[in-house]
Amino acid sequence: MNKKGYFADFGGAFLPEILVATFDELTAAYESAKADPAFWQEYENLMSSYSCRPTPLTLAENLTRHFGGARIYVKREDLNHTGAHKANNVMGQGLLVKRMGKKRVIAETGAGQHGVATATMAARFGFDCTIYMGEVDVERQRPNVFWMEQLGAEVVPVKDGTRILKDAINEAFRDWVSNMDNTHYVLGTACGPHPFPEMVAWFQSIIGREARAQVLEREGKLPRRIYACVGGGSNAMGIFGGFMDDPVELVGVEAGGRGLDTGAHASRLCSDDAAIGVAQGYKTYFLQNAEGQMQETHSIAAGLDYVGVSPILSHLREEGRARFTAATDREVVAAMRLTIRKEGLIPALESAHAFVQAFKDAPDMSPEDCLIINQSGRGDKDIFTVADAFEDPGWREFIIRKAEQYQT
Amino acid sequence: MLETYLKERRKGKDILLMTHIVAGYPDWDACSDMVAAMVDAGVDLMELQIPFSEPIADGPVILKANQEALERGVTVARCLEFGREMARRHDIPFLYMTYYNILLRRGVAAFVHEMADAGIRGAIVPDLPPEEGEEYLSAMAENGCDPIFIFSPTTSDERLRYLSSVASGFVYCVARKGVTGMDTRFSDELGAYLGRCRRATDLPLALGFGVKDKTDVDFLTGKADIAVIGTQTLRLVEEQGVAAVGDFIRGLR
Ligand SMILES: Cc1ncc(COP(=O)(O)O)c(C=O)c1O
Repeated sequence: MNKKGYFADFGGAFLPEILVATFDELTAAYESAKADPAFWQEYENLMSSYSCRPTPLTLAENLTRHFGGARIYVKREDLNHTGAHKANNVMGQGLLVKRMGKKRVIAETGAGQHGVATATMAARFGFDCTIYMGEVDVERQRPNVFWMEQLGAEVVPVKDGTRILKDAINEAFRDWVSNMDNTHYVLGTACGPHPFPEMVAWFQSIIGREARAQVLEREGKLPRRIYACVGGGSNAMGIFGGFMDDPVELVGVEAGGRGLDTGAHASRLCSDDAAIGVAQGYKTYFLQNAEGQMQETHSIAAGLDYVGVSPILSHLREEGRARFTAATDREVVAAMRLTIRKEGLIPALESAHAFVQAFKDAPDMSPEDCLIINQSGRGDKDIFTVADAFEDPGWREFIIRKAEQYQT
Repeated sequence: MLETYLKERRKGKDILLMTHIVAGYPDWDACSDMVAAMVDAGVDLMELQIPFSEPIADGPVILKANQEALERGVTVARCLEFGREMARRHDIPFLYMTYYNILLRRGVAAFVHEMADAGIRGAIVPDLPPEEGEEYLSAMAENGCDPIFIFSPTTSDERLRYLSSVASGFVYCVARKGVTGMDTRFSDELGAYLGRCRRATDLPLALGFGVKDKTDVDFLTGKADIAVIGTQTLRLVEEQGVAAVGDFIRGLR
């Protein structure tokens, strides 16, 4: 084990000794895949035949007209198979699992998108699959639990701690330390010990590579700004990666929950409530108290409801290379509604965070300029949460009727 | 230093015992009573675990103890006071066991200085491999505290030697894969692994994870220097109360 995976002072590999050999093996497999052009080719072939890559870059003409500023483009990660960018990382890791000869995959999930993507990959490649999901998230993302189980995965509700994403990650690690011989842990975001942040960002970089080529073809010039929501940071790193060396502003939008001054949020990079710490095997900004105990977080979007954040994004923040803002639950619901009505696009609650900030900024930008919003996923999974937020009477009646049918 | 103490102590006993409690669980009075009962029953050294919200290397029993302690308002500051009090009151070495963020948040140097000042002899930090622990290692050395490192069955011989070169006091060998509190098979394979550990270091060897009764301790006698009893005492206290601790420990060897 070497001291690797640092982005300035963030990242690292704070591993229990029992996992050191497993991480050495994973790092070696990742490095050899990365050095092998045939691997990336195989990955692109898989993503274009099994998923919908390249995903389109859609000009949102109605929203552009509505805000009267910069031309608004949307990168359509919602059109990936399984409905989110999560598939990019999962299929890539799936190919690595084949190379390593392991037969079982495990994963954590918050919104359920990463869990569904992993269960799908396992079905396709013939792996056994166990998904850990906080009990709170099992409730609020029930449609995804159903599909994971149909895909043959075992879904284990996690009842410890705050019963959300971070607790699901802890449980996945506890499984892995027992079963690493035949099992790979498909971590779902650009967090955790090295090589995960770098490796996940590498698989997700397919988003930014495509988006850059697409926008240049359409506009003949670079966008002024790129917007992405930030949970662990994988879709943000994915699209940012394509523009890192360009004069393009990168904007990450975190979960503002009930507001930054309420304490009920998940803003690690744009609130004063976070501090540098080490947990879940890596060093980054965590929402924690003065003694180092992790805090409870809140977001309407399960996939952003997490205490830590990619060490790569912490580094971009320190360097001033990216700007971080927050969107509240209320703003998110309004932006989602507007996007549905104006464009016929249904962003996931997570993705809608990026739309909020783009909508705030667009009117002040020149119509000569354009911006790109990364629509990391589609909102179908959020039907229960969104129906409640929209206070839709028809849906409510339907659920009551359905429940009555089940009871008789 | 701990190494000398342990080697001296081993001359009079076939195997030493190290026990573990989670500070503040189930409550402070019970903790004081447990420590007193363990010392009285002849325990040779003890780990005091400072609760952390993300105890990734711990299984369900210790995880629950960590969480309940925190829910009841146990603070790191209070744990450090408790450590100081135990070290003052009892004449055996005490170690802290906790996760790295607890040190980092207090300031690694400040934490180590405080523990040395309180008479705590060493620490086990399972999520801090030596590669990440430069600051910790130098603070421990400056303050005369022993950083206890971990050997595992998946560790290569080369790495065992590397770990041995940075460790002091003794080495904690985990018996198997997995987290604390699951069953361990005390088999020839475990014996062979301990042999591999023995060849890699001159430091005393502790073996922990799944040690639960006299049969297990007998198995380890002659193969390890210290048997570590962790989850089993917590289970016992939950089922039979603190009063059962003394007899349990006395029955182990
Ligand atoms: C649709 C969608 N977007 C974003 C995220 C947040 O993750 P990340 O920040 O890693 O992209 C999730 C996580 O579940 C998600 O499902």
